[in-house]
Amino acid sequence: MTDTTLAAPAEMLTTTDGTPLKKALTRAQRRAKGRAFLLVLPLLAFVLLTFVIPIGQMLTRSVNHDGFSASAPEVSAWFHTNPGAPDEAAYAALAADFKKMKADRTAGEAGTRVNYTLPESRSLFTKTARVADDLAPPYKEAFLAVDKKWEDPLVWEAMRAASSALTSDFYLIGLDMERTADGSIRRVPENERIYVYLYVKTFILSAVITVICLLLAFPIAHLLATLPMAKANLLMILVLLPFWTSLLVRTTSWIVLLQGQGVVNSLLVAMGVIDAEGRLQMIYNQTGTIIVMTHILLPFMILPLYSVMRVIPPSYARAARSLGATSWTTFRRIYLPQTLPGMGAGALLVFILAVGYYITPALVGGADGQLFSNLIQFHMSKSNWSLAAALSSMLLVGVLLLYWLYDRLVGIDKLKLG
Amino acid sequence: MALPTYADPLEKIWHYTYKVICTAIFVFLIAPILVIIPLSFNAEPYFTFTQKMLALDPTGYSMRWYDSLLTVGMQAPDAVRDGGWWSDLWHNAAWVKAAKNSVIIGFWSTILATILGTLAALGLSRPEMPYRRAVMAILISPMIVPIIIIATGLFFFYSNPCSIVGVSCGRLTSTYVGVILAHATLGIPFVIITVTATLSGFDQSLIRASASLGANPRTTFFKVIMPLILPGVISGALFAFVTSFDEVVTVMFIAGPEQQTIPRQMWNGIREAISPAILAVATILVVISIGLLATVELLRRRGERMRGVTPH
Repeated sequence: MTDTTLAAPAEMLTTTDGTPLKKALTRAQRRAKGRAFLLVLPLLAFVLLTFVIPIGQMLTRSVNHDGFSASAPEVSAWFHTNPGAPDEAAYAALAADFKKMKADRTAGEAGTRVNYTLPESRSLFTKTARVADDLAPPYKEAFLAVDKKWEDPLVWEAMRAASSALTSDFYLIGLDMERTADGSIRRVPENERIYVYLYVKTFILSAVITVICLLLAFPIAHLLATLPMAKANLLMILVLLPFWTSLLVRTTSWIVLLQGQGVVNSLLVAMGVIDAEGRLQMIYNQTGTIIVMTHILLPFMILPLYSVMRVIPPSYARAARSLGATSWTTFRRIYLPQTLPGMGAGALLVFILAVGYYITPALVGGADGQLFSNLIQFHMSKSNWSLAAALSSMLLVGVLLLYWLYDRLVGIDKLKLG
Repeated sequence: MALPTYADPLEKIWHYTYKVICTAIFVFLIAPILVIIPLSFNAEPYFTFTQKMLALDPTGYSMRWYDSLLTVGMQAPDAVRDGGWWSDLWHNAAWVKAAKNSVIIGFWSTILATILGTLAALGLSRPEMPYRRAVMAILISPMIVPIIIIATGLFFFYSNPCSIVGVSCGRLTSTYVGVILAHATLGIPFVIITVTATLSGFDQSLIRASASLGANPRTTFFKVIMPLILPGVISGALFAFVTSFDEVVTVMFIAGPEQQTIPRQMWNGIREAISPAILAVATILVVISIGLLATVELLRRRGERMRGVTPH
């Protein structure tokens, strides 16, 4: 009798309606999972629609530009079937396209697209379009009569690059590269390399700001963490008030403080440190960007550092001292290593935010304090949308890599505010 | 942080140096915010303290910049200040319009972000939640992705939002709805962060206790969960509101002249001819942020008390 009850208890365990327990449990878990996901679903759908899709759609512009291929379909078709140098048929196709472009007024658009690959092409296009109706066979001679450039293989290579809407040209520009006449790729001359330079500069400036923030945040966080709670809470307000104050307000304040006739310069002149002619240029340049961004991002460094330092037991340091370590050794060997998680979290967060900064550099950066975001805005304002999209995706790749690193090292769920 | 009794002279010197350094950093943090307050009452159009101001002479101070804030954009700013003047102010003054827009956009985007964000945080803090890490990463990303990229993306998307299903419909650029949706997206990470932080201290067995006592999920939510997480929800909502209230880049890209907000007006003021009137706006905003900070601090302390975490 005991044998039968012990034989197969697993099959015997069922819920009241007779389903095996294991199956019922899996079902219940699946339902719980579904319920949890259902709570998140509305927001996820919202963020996909108002954030992920718009950005994704914008980024496709970086590899897609039909300014030339849509305006000049005939010569684009010729490029697809003929890999070699242009023959009379190519010039004939181009002439037909120019007549169409003149009628549709799209020569400027097509020229702009070719212009990205080969500067000064736009004027060639508009100039040719003006006389498009006079183009007659033999077409090659007709084109050369308009402009000798129509013989230039570089022009044809640029048009070939533009002949399909799908293109990598904008990334080439973003990486400071260009196509040569034979279709190979090389770096542009040194004095024209602006994008990679600004990209690197943005990361270097962000690193500088991060280091300054760390140096300033460390003593403050340490002080707050070691003071009695009531006092620390009071001083914490001094950290949180800038955090809650409008970014534009803080930027305005710094303009007022640092400009030529501002408070700091007047104070220095009154104290006799500098004379009235030697007022310091502290704003509308790189210095201004660094000072103001440090001030704005400092709370993002103090808060994570503080939350880590607050839970470091003071007994460890005391134990080290009692074992004969000097205060410097105690700090270096005992305290500092324990603050590393806070330093990492704060530094990464500040760095990520600094890399994408736009408002502050735009307002106080002057000529040499601009960051990569400002360059994207510049091309947006010039309607160079595909180039802006390519630059955006370059910046996005950098930021997302850092974000991934942050998630790996710190964990997004550890992100705290105040 | 008292000095230990065994400290040697060098340590004593360092201790006081350290205090001086800390004071200097606090001054760096707070002085720029406070210095604009007296300057906004400057009687002269300068950005520095005049001799009269330093001597605390009342004639060195005036309300002229606050007054000029009100009258910009009015049809008859110099008329007698009767009912007609006030109605002109309410309907036409540029800064009043901007303030109304900021409040309208901030209010609705906060409501949207808070409701969706709180629901999602409830789901995310359940132990059964699948793909939690990935979902969380997506929901927090609006805070991380550079604002210029978000604004650029929305600029194209809003010009024809139905293009994702291949049809053409109206546009969302230059509409309130467009700006509200954008600001809600930007506020969501803050709601998620604060509410999940509150929920991490939430005892899940309370839900089961409530259910075992016969409460349905609805009652459990409103009578048990909500009162406990409310401080977190409110501070998340305040963060979302401040985010919207301070946002200028998406407004620049997607809003039309009808949706100009306070930061947008400030941006113009700073970029073009910076006048002390900007300082008057800044002072008002500082006062508002002091109020918001006080609210959040009170809520945080209330939350700690309710969860039995006492300051030690």
